Amino acid sequence: MKMRQTKNPEKLKLAFYWAASCGGCEIAALDIDEKILDVVAVADILFWPVAIDTKYKDIEAMEDKSIDVCFFNGAIRTSENEHMAKLLRSKSKVLVAFGACAHTGGIPGLANVGSREEVFNVAYLDNPSTENPNKITPKTSIKVKEGELTLPEFYDTVKSLNQVVDVDYYLPGCPPSPELISEAIDTIVQNKLPPKGSVLAPSKSVCDECKFEKCEKKISEIKRIYEVKEVDPNKCLLEQGIVCMGPATRGGCDARCLNANMPCTGCGGPTPESSDQGAKMISALASILGVKDEEKMDEKEVEELIEKVRDPLGTFYKYALPTSLINRRVMK
Amino acid sequence: MRKITIDPITRLEGHGKISIFLNSRGDVENAYLQIPELRGFERFCQGRRAEDMPQITSRICGVCPVAHHFASAKALDDAFNVEPPSAARKLRELMYCGYVIYDHILHFYFLGAPDFVVGPDAPPSKRNILGVIEKVGVEIGKEVIKHRAYGQKITAILGGKATHPVCGLPGGVSKAISEEERKEIEDMVKPCIDFAKFSLRLFDDIVLKNKDYVNLILSDSYTLKTYNMGLVDKNNKVNFYDGKIRVTDQEGEELLKFDVKDYYENISEHVEEWSYIKFPYLKSIGWNGFKDGKESGIYRVGPLARLNASEGMATPLAEKEYKHMYETLGGKPVNSSLAFHWARLIELLYATERAMELIKDNEITSKNIRNPVGEPGEGFGVVEAARGTLIHHYRLDENALIDKANLIVATTNNAGAITMSIRDAAKGAIKNGKVNDGLLNMVEMAFRAYDPCFACASHALPGGIPLEINIYNKRKKLYKSLKRNV
Repeated sequence: MKMRQTKNPEKLKLAFYWAASCGGCEIAALDIDEKILDVVAVADILFWPVAIDTKYKDIEAMEDKSIDVCFFNGAIRTSENEHMAKLLRSKSKVLVAFGACAHTGGIPGLANVGSREEVFNVAYLDNPSTENPNKITPKTSIKVKEGELTLPEFYDTVKSLNQVVDVDYYLPGCPPSPELISEAIDTIVQNKLPPKGSVLAPSKSVCDECKFEKCEKKISEIKRIYEVKEVDPNKCLLEQGIVCMGPATRGGCDARCLNANMPCTGCGGPTPESSDQGAKMISALASILGVKDEEKMDEKEVEELIEKVRDPLGTFYKYALPTSLINRRVMK
Repeated sequence: MRKITIDPITRLEGHGKISIFLNSRGDVENAYLQIPELRGFERFCQGRRAEDMPQITSRICGVCPVAHHFASAKALDDAFNVEPPSAARKLRELMYCGYVIYDHILHFYFLGAPDFVVGPDAPPSKRNILGVIEKVGVEIGKEVIKHRAYGQKITAILGGKATHPVCGLPGGVSKAISEEERKEIEDMVKPCIDFAKFSLRLFDDIVLKNKDYVNLILSDSYTLKTYNMGLVDKNNKVNFYDGKIRVTDQEGEELLKFDVKDYYENISEHVEEWSYIKFPYLKSIGWNGFKDGKESGIYRVGPLARLNASEGMATPLAEKEYKHMYETLGGKPVNSSLAFHWARLIELLYATERAMELIKDNEITSKNIRNPVGEPGEGFGVVEAARGTLIHHYRLDENALIDKANLIVATTNNAGAITMSIRDAAKGAIKNGKVNDGLLNMVEMAFRAYDPCFACASHALPGGIPLEINIYNKRKKLYKSLKRNV
């Protein structure tokens, strides 16, 4: 894909934006360390609210497609997030969904278990540390004594970036590893971007990058990480009975959570061959669980066994609920 | 009335916009800082596995993930009634120092310094880290990048990864460090101490030796006389990882000192229609609007507030700088918002000195890093995030799932004070309808001093578990509806 401006071929025009996000993607971008100096030698950063004083009106005033590449992180949670996604889409030649929230909805996407009303009630009304006798909640248009103020609308449902605009590339991870970011930047600078729609990460799973040994052993019980006194630092965590999202998760992270003796929680999103990360993990777990005499178990015993996996939603869909097959709780 | 909008406000973490209203004379009638975002963590944390909380809540903020990670791990220690082994406690505190190192360097050089090094009214295209590097030279620029990276690397060695670490568990941490890793960290901490000293000298040269900047710091537009809050150790010295919450008044006298589990009795929150953020205040004083002084329950947190709320620093070099600051600015407490930048650098020095003490501790490579947990219950955790006091409070059900999560987040504590600061700065900067980019940046400098993180402040709001039970009669007509927190 070609994106350089012909009239100014010497410098790329880049933009970074955050929607419903935590700022970790901005920090990850800084974690390329000294390479940032190389980047600014070949590129102008036109927009980056965390670091640069460009305002929305400056972006609105730009001609369409005047940004070569826009890295967009964060999910779509409010009308402002959606507006900025559309604005930056029209101003950018290439739009990259940067990080888990823009890619698959991310942890904010877990809010699809509830609704706006629930979130507001929990936050502003029936809340033990909040003193709110007049039952005030934030409004999209507010009359104050000096005039009118506005706030963006808070949506019921969290969406990934590609659910509101056309996305060219995806950079996975929460946040993407500095290595993946570095490689993506090199690819862009050298004008060697792969076909549109590609995920800019290896197609292997986290297991392929994991140092722990796999013995293809069946397990008979599921344990929670805090119940295991000491993790065996040489043996596959799944084979130690700990739910690890490695088999269902795209790698490119060097399995760094596992290097700290903790299971993968799935931030890289689904592997290329599956669209529903949670379903793939459930199937992987089913194939490794081998309970003695399982054929003879009655329904109640099976249910008890399934109960061992506490909070399946938060475990299997921690980062990808908005982009999974069932992407929210049914609204009344 | 004429309205001027700054949207988005920049060089901070998260979203915000400022609306300034001018009266017929062109003077500022009032100004509002609105937070246009909310994510609703408190709602979707319900039902999650307790052990996932340190990693879920770190996603409230990618700039201060370590603060949430350990506030959460400490709340879980308490909820499972377990004390981490001494080595685990030290590893957590060491990682915390790594976090303070990178976060304070990030704020000072990348977010705050452009206003002083390049100048408050420099062209916007220069008022950023690249402008700073242009001014101070690429060699110093590389030092800034290198030492920020050291802070991140120390955190990554201990936590698995720096942004969104994974090591925190109830009863300790998941990973011990080897002698090589210990040495590697020591080799990074050593130059960080020198870099912190260098940063204080730079502040002295660029800011304190410039009369205009000193006048700006001491001007009424950037002064607020609020209460101050911070975590202190048993000697009332600043501590990031543990201790009691201390509140001092406008004269520097102790008003309150309480354990985190009593936060409910001491802090309340006020709601406004025009922002998604809430406004905490001291319960015993009460909410009296956006005012400072003794009658207003508004308090401040973060570097300057921590120094004001304490009686010094627990390490020698930082203690010396602490005294120097108060001597220079006319005694304790200092109420000048722009002095937050100075206090931040004193804390940076403290974090490097404390990291050195910890990395040299014989116990730091111990393999005894976890204790077995007890039965799940209720727990409280508090740390000082780079931007201020951070409280996590959970109730676990019998299966150790989250029944209720309640968080009071660093920047939220400052919401009232920041609102007043931008209003006062706008009143000072904009007169007779004269407005330009430089003057508007002077307004933005008022919030920037606090290093606010509006991702934190607006994404984490306290809450109870919602429950609705509808009872129907046999004709399927609603007979009774029982609601809790719905």
